[in-house]
Amino acid sequence: MFTSNTRFLIGLLIAGATIFLGVKALAEGYYLLVAYYILQYIVLATAWNILGGYGGYVNFGSACFFAVGGYTTVFFYKLLGLQALKSLDFGGFIITAPFIAYLIIPASVLMGAAVSGLMGLATGYLTLRLRGVFFAISTLALTVVVQTLVLNWSYVGGARGAYVMRPPSVAGFASTSEFVFFAMLLIAMAALAIARNVEHQKLGAGLEAIRDDEDSAECSGVPTLQLKLQATTLSGALMGAAGALFPYFVTFVDPVGAFNLVHTVNSIAMPLIGGMTHWSGPLIGAVLLGGVQQYFGSKNMVTPELSLLFVGVLMMVFVAIAPNGILGLWQRLRGKDVK
Amino acid sequence: MELSTILDLLANALVAGIMLGGFYAAVSIGISISFGMLDIANISHPAMIMLGSFMAYLLNSHWGLDPLLIMLLIAPLFGLLGMGIYRVYFQLFESREKDPRRGLAFFFGLLFVTDVALILFFGADLRGVETPYVDTVLNVGVVGIPLRLLIPFFIGLLVVTGMHLFLTRTFFGLAVAAVSQEPLGLRLMGVDPVRIKQIAFGLSVATAALGGAALIIIQPVEPALGREYIGRVFAVCVLGGMGSMSGTLYAAILLGVAESLTSTFIGPSWSPAVAFGILLFALAWRPAGLMGRN
Repeated sequence: MFTSNTRFLIGLLIAGATIFLGVKALAEGYYLLVAYYILQYIVLATAWNILGGYGGYVNFGSACFFAVGGYTTVFFYKLLGLQALKSLDFGGFIITAPFIAYLIIPASVLMGAAVSGLMGLATGYLTLRLRGVFFAISTLALTVVVQTLVLNWSYVGGARGAYVMRPPSVAGFASTSEFVFFAMLLIAMAALAIARNVEHQKLGAGLEAIRDDEDSAECSGVPTLQLKLQATTLSGALMGAAGALFPYFVTFVDPVGAFNLVHTVNSIAMPLIGGMTHWSGPLIGAVLLGGVQQYFGSKNMVTPELSLLFVGVLMMVFVAIAPNGILGLWQRLRGKDVK
Repeated sequence: MELSTILDLLANALVAGIMLGGFYAAVSIGISISFGMLDIANISHPAMIMLGSFMAYLLNSHWGLDPLLIMLLIAPLFGLLGMGIYRVYFQLFESREKDPRRGLAFFFGLLFVTDVALILFFGADLRGVETPYVDTVLNVGVVGIPLRLLIPFFIGLLVVTGMHLFLTRTFFGLAVAAVSQEPLGLRLMGVDPVRIKQIAFGLSVATAALGGAALIIIQPVEPALGREYIGRVFAVCVLGGMGSMSGTLYAAILLGVAESLTSTFIGPSWSPAVAFGILLFALAWRPAGLMGRN
C-alpha cells in the first residue's frame, strides 16, 4: 500500500514522537539524560557505520570528530559573548530570549557538522589513497594531535575546559534541556534516514564494492577515492553535529571528556555488535550497549571503568565469534545467510 | 635572547633529541617487526609498552629491583604473551578471511581493554621507579646529558643492532623477512610460515617490555600516556620504510630531534603533535619511507 520509503518515514516519525512524548511524560531529568546519551550513541554509531560498515574503512577518530563539533560550539559561543543569550539584533529585527535557542543551537549544529566534515575530507584526502589500515592509524593519531591543539588554545578554555551558558528558557518547551534533547532526537532520526538512503543509492553500492574488493571496483569504473571521501565527510559531519550539541546539554566541555576514547570504542563496538551491513545494526547496538552502560552507570552498580572493560571485552567477543553482529545471528537463526 | 643562549639551548635540544630518538627506536621496533614485516597492524603495541612500564614499577617498588634487570626478566614473559596473542589472532582472523576490519577491531579492543585494566589496577596517578642513576646528569661542556635519557638511548641502540644482526645473519631472521612476501617459498623449504610469524610476533611484543622499562626510567608514567605513543611508533615505522631496522633508527632519531626542538623553542605541550605531522607527511608524500626508492 505504501512504498518502503514512506513506510520507513512514517515509522521513524512515530518512533520519534513516541520517544519524545514518553520522556516528557516521565518528567524526570534522569530519563531525559539516559535517552539523550542513547540518541547520541545512535548518531555516532550510525555515522561510523557509513564509512566503516558499508565501505570497510575503520575510523578510530570518532572522539576527535565529536570533540571538534563540541569545540566549534564553544568557539562560536565565546565569539558571540553572553549578550547573545539575551537578545539578538539583526538591524532592527530583534529576536528575544525565548526564541534565541531556535537560532543559535541549530546554527551551532550546522557549523559543527561543517567543521568536522571538512576535517574528515582533509584527513581522507591525505590518507585514503593508501591501504585502509593507514587511514585507521591516522585517525587514531589525529585524535591525539587535535587534543594537543585544543589543550594549547586558551581561547576555548585550554586544559581547564569551558563553560557554555544556555538560553535560560525556550518558547514551547518545558526546559532548555528538553529542547536540546529534541534537537538530538531530530539529528538521530536524520542520521538513520541518511544511512538508509546511502544504503539504497549509488554511494552505498559503490562503498560495498570497495569493501568487497577495492581493486576490482576501481577497475570496473567505480570512482573509489571520490566515494570514500564522500563517506568520510558525511560520517565526520554527523559526528560533528552530535558533538556540537553536547556543550548545550552538559554546559561544560573539557579536552579529557570530549576527546575521550570512550566515544571511539562505543561508536565501533555498537555497529560491530548490532551488525554492520544494515542501517538498523548500529541502532540495535547503540540501544543495547548504550542502555546497559547507562543503566549500570547511573545506578552506581559498577564503576565507569568496569563498564568500559565490559564494552571492550564484548566487542572482542563479537568480532571473534559473531562478525555480522546480532543481525547476522538473527538471520542465521532464520536460516538466511548473510553476505 | 642572546645568541649564545640560543646556541646553548640548541645544543642541548639536539643532544636530548638524539637520546630521545634512540629510545623511540626501542619502542617502535616492535611495530616495525609486526606491522612492517609481518603485515599485522598491532595498534595495541603502545598498551603493551605501558604494561611493561607498570610491571617495572611493580617489581621496582616491591622488591627494589633495577629496571634494567626487570626488563630482562619480563621480556621472555612478554614474548610468550605475544605468541599467545598471535595464536588467537591467527585462529580467529588471519586463517579465516581477509576482512582487515576485524583484525583492527581485535587489536583496538586489546588496546582498550589493557588500558582500562591498567587504570583499574593502578589508578590514573603517576608512577615512577627509584634507581641510583635517575637523577645523575653528565656535563659535557654546555651540554647536560641526564643518565635517565642516556640509558634508554643505549637500550634502543642495542635492541636495533641486535635485531638487525638477528634478521640478516640467521636463517630464522631471513625467514621472518621472507614470511609476508613469500610464504609458499618458505613452505617449500620445509619452514612453517605460521610458526615463523608466531615467534616473530612474540619477539615484537618482547621489545615492548624493553621499551616500557626504558620509558619509566625516563619519566613517571600513567596509563593514558600510551596514547601519545600510537602516533609516534607508527610515524617511525612508516617513515623508516616499514620494517627496515636501520630506517627505524634514523626515523626515530629524526622524530626525537624534531620533538626536542619543538619542546625547547615552542613549548613542551606541543610535542605530541610533531609525531602526527610527520606521520601525515610520510603517508601523503613519502609512503615508501625516508630511504624508499620511489
